[in-house]
Amino acid sequence: MDTPLVSIQAVHKRFGDLEVLRGVSLDVARGEVICIIGPSGSGKSTLLRCVNALVRPESGRITVAGIDVTAAKLDPIALRRRVGMVFQQYNLFPHRTALQNVMMAPVSVLKQDKREVEARARALMAKVRLQGKEGAYPGELSGGQQQRVAIARSLCMQPDVMLFDEVTAALDPETVKEVLVTIRDLAEEGMTCLLVTHEMGFARDLADHVYFTDRGVIVEHAPPAEFFGNPKDARTREFLGQVL
Amino acid sequence: MAEFFRELRTTTGLNFTIFYDPFDARRFGYAFLMTCKLSVLSVVLSLIIGVAGAFAQGARFAPLRWVVAGYIAFFRNTPPLVQMYFFFFALGAITPTVPDDIGMEVPMVSSFTWALVALSLFAGAFNVEIFRSGIEAVPRSTVEAAESLGYSRLGAYRAVVLPLAFRVCLPSLNNNLVNLVKTTTLAYAIGVPEMLYVANQIWSDSLNVTEMMNVLLLLYIGLVTLLVWIMHRWERALRMPGYGT
Ligand SMILES: Nc1ncnc2c1ncn2[C@@H]1O[C@H](COP(=O)(O)OP(=O)(O)OP(=O)(O)O)[C@@H](O)[C@H]1O
Ligand SMILES: [Mg+2]
Repeated sequence: MDTPLVSIQAVHKRFGDLEVLRGVSLDVARGEVICIIGPSGSGKSTLLRCVNALVRPESGRITVAGIDVTAAKLDPIALRRRVGMVFQQYNLFPHRTALQNVMMAPVSVLKQDKREVEARARALMAKVRLQGKEGAYPGELSGGQQQRVAIARSLCMQPDVMLFDEVTAALDPETVKEVLVTIRDLAEEGMTCLLVTHEMGFARDLADHVYFTDRGVIVEHAPPAEFFGNPKDARTREFLGQVL
Repeated sequence: MAEFFRELRTTTGLNFTIFYDPFDARRFGYAFLMTCKLSVLSVVLSLIIGVAGAFAQGARFAPLRWVVAGYIAFFRNTPPLVQMYFFFFALGAITPTVPDDIGMEVPMVSSFTWALVALSLFAGAFNVEIFRSGIEAVPRSTVEAAESLGYSRLGAYRAVVLPLAFRVCLPSLNNNLVNLVKTTTLAYAIGVPEMLYVANQIWSDSLNVTEMMNVLLLLYIGLVTLLVWIMHRWERALRMPGYGT
């Protein structure tokens, strides 16, 4: 097997007295889609945030596309052009139009040619089905539209991996679908995705592998058919019993 | 026009020398320009100090934060007139002098420069606090989104934090800058020939205190109105559709 695109090994993270991650390991191959599910507070967000170095773990090793994320002298820009992240609260820049949101980082961080970036940004706006909304400000868009702009914004950096942290949790049920469709398109094109989600149906259909976390450890992981069809651990069964 | 004011003097006794006496007109004109120059430059410098200071306050390097905190404490808690005297007399006394064209020793740093430094530092201290309140209103998650896109701390500050913070703190910034324009009159105390200083000279010569007082008040109202108008234009240009009104 090839070396995994994302490799997480024995990662520990504590906030003060609270041990949030207690030895988490997982590997993601290029083109793979993995879903992380688990109860609130089990450390799912923290794990994703470790992957793009928003959180620095105390021990363990993380590599992404050959970059040692846990190295003491990490170059965050080199890492973050490889890793896109989409948040639950969209976090668009409200003083810039949708198109500007998408274009900003490639132009000012990666110093790419503005015209090339604009062409790419417009194509991405079309891809997330938002043609015609280029000039709208985030405050003028619905939650689902904002979230799709946020996805386009990450994609415009041309990352190798996308991290999605409960990106539909703040949306109403009708708009959840439009965002999930966008992520599905992306996954089907071969983008490597790490998703934290409460959408079990989506995880079952889309994931290559499902991880269940509880209190800072991975309790169980398996391909979705096996994970949902025949969960082994009692805690997994209990959790699935509650959410399904 | 000069005729009209000469007439006015003979008919009513209202003596606006600056409108018919070329000497007074010229020195008061210069004084007006001096006030404008002092206002504009100190507004710009105090904004730069505010932006840089607020950025430094968020630095990881603690001594830098202490320096900023000390600066704010000093300039916020002492009277601006005392600061002006401090710069001019205490620091002015220990700065070197240079011979001018007729061979007189003159200080290298003019009273105008000292006034500018004192006013900018005074208003800058308030601006740091004002910007900080704006920066604190920017959600941490928005900054994280910028960081996730590869922005450095400085890059995120310039592209995201500052533009958003500006919008939040424009009203208080407005107040502080209006105050600053009015505080330029303190430069009078160290002999900067600005409007109040020259008006004083004129009314000592012509005994027209009331007239000059009215001229002064109207001109300051004009200057402050202009500043407020510019700030409102700016506020409108920065409006974010979909947020607030
Ligand atoms: N920056 C932080 N400082 C202190 N504690 C934190 C911080 N970030 C997270 N925590 C704590 O770590 C624990 C795990 O948080 P995390 O956000 O990773 O959980 P989660 O699995 O994503 O939960 P949820 O499903 O609610 O999003 C929580 O108890 C949280 O309060
Ligand atoms: Mg979370």
